[in-house]
Amino acid sequence: MTITVSMTVNGEERSGTCEERTLLVTFLRETLRLTGTHVGCDTSQCGACVVHVDGESVKSCTMLTVQAEGRNVTTIEGVADGDTLHPMQQAFHENHGLQCGYCTPGMIMSALDLIKHNPDPTEREIREHLEGNLCRCTGYHNIVKSIRAAADKMATGA
Amino acid sequence: MYAFSFHQPETLEEAKRLFGESDDPRYLSGGHTLLPSMKLRLATPSDLIELNAIESLKGISIEGDNVVVGAGTRHGDVAQSADVLAAIPALADLAGMIGDFQVRNRGTLGGSIANADPAADYPAAIVGLNATVKTDRREIAADDYFTDLFETALEEDEIVTAVSFPTPVRAAYMKFPNPASRYAIVGVFVAETAGGIRVAVTGAGASVFRVVEMEAALTVNFAPEAVADILIPDDDLNSDIHAANDYRAHLVTVMAKRAVEKALG
Ligand SMILES: Cc1cc2nc3c(=O)[nH]c(=O)nc-3n(C[C@H](O)[C@H](O)[C@H](O)COP(=O)(O)OP(=O)(O)OC[C@H]3O[C@@H](n4cnc5c(N)ncnc54)[C@H](O)[C@@H]3O)c2cc1C
Ligand code: FES
Ligand code: FES
Repeated sequence: MTITVSMTVNGEERSGTCEERTLLVTFLRETLRLTGTHVGCDTSQCGACVVHVDGESVKSCTMLTVQAEGRNVTTIEGVADGDTLHPMQQAFHENHGLQCGYCTPGMIMSALDLIKHNPDPTEREIREHLEGNLCRCTGYHNIVKSIRAAADKMATGA
Repeated sequence: MYAFSFHQPETLEEAKRLFGESDDPRYLSGGHTLLPSMKLRLATPSDLIELNAIESLKGISIEGDNVVVGAGTRHGDVAQSADVLAAIPALADLAGMIGDFQVRNRGTLGGSIANADPAADYPAAIVGLNATVKTDRREIAADDYFTDLFETALEEDEIVTAVSFPTPVRAAYMKFPNPASRYAIVGVFVAETAGGIRVAVTGAGASVFRVVEMEAALTVNFAPEAVADILIPDDDLNSDIHAANDYRAHLVTVMAKRAVEKALG
């Protein structure tokens, strides 16, 4: 059945139609055309699809669009301030935290949720937090480095 | 994923009524087992009855010597609950080991124990702590609740509403996780409870089970050495691409030893 859903996405009121079975990631990508959020698996394991719903990171491939009705969703497109990258994005750029970039939107959304709970994470805490984000390219070292660098920058507000 | 109808009842009565009126209904909580199975078309319900709007299923409270966790409480909330951390740190620790951060942001206690995955973590705590499973119609003792592979004592339309965990003298959980999924290849929960020592094992068999020989040994001497030489028979243990049955039997001993060590602080 076709249903109409409304939610706030990246600060804007958005509504659209979908089916009850439509996954949130499908709605974001195919209806709202916010293709920064990726799909990397069928098993809820890779984290390429991580977005924030009411400020918490979730795998948007494992949530129905109807479950986001009336909620506040932030995707990777909502992270930068106009043309100025968010310190987390800038840190990935500067520390070579990505190669193909497929996992990066999910990594960044997940990392931002970490910093919210733990502004000064250790390397181990960063690695544990990224349990649900898989990267096939980087070997993670530079991702961890990027997040650590972003934590420093965000702490000083630079 | 095949099409279905979605419902969001606000009371248990309404949820059960909707369940009764549907062809092939399933309840939905965190969706972190059911939605992936539906994506793979392993589950094809006609109706999804989401329980997340039912307020009475949420929250954590202390009732006497028990910590009562609502079925709709997410793993992450159990892991961070000040009440759980103070009364049963081993339970908070276990909840914090489930899956990954995003899984813990959605997955719930009720969904986990209704599903009864042989490799799930919560069953070890339920049986290890001798908890009571509360449903919309009765209370089920831990030892009667998990019956077989993905099987529980629940009736078809029965809803888990909460789990009451008695506070132990000491307890700890150790798991050897599958490095990809984080599910337990073997997880052992050891507890000294008011009713005696309990050792519950998840991941190794079709369903969670107790090791009475280890319980007896720990009753005499609550120390890692007491279980170090107890090897359980491997005939009925799981054997798959992740670990063979004899390896799982070995891991039960190792995890039990480490859990005792951890429980002793
Ligand atoms: C990548 C990944 C890793 C994971 N790793 C682990 C792990 O390491 N350890 C672990 O234990 N689990 C793990 N899980 C499973 C996770 O904990 C699930 O959240 C949990 O098993 C199911 O809870 P849910 O609330 O998501 O349930 P759902 O998926 O919503 O439901 C599961 C089943 O329970 C039924 N149900 C739901 N709520 C109730 C209720 N209140 N009463 C009666 N029936 C109900 C549903 O009808 C369905 O059949 C993992 C999951 C994923 C996706
Ligand atoms: S696409 Fe969501 S976890 Fe892989
Ligand atoms: S940069 Fe390619 S998957 Fe992570």
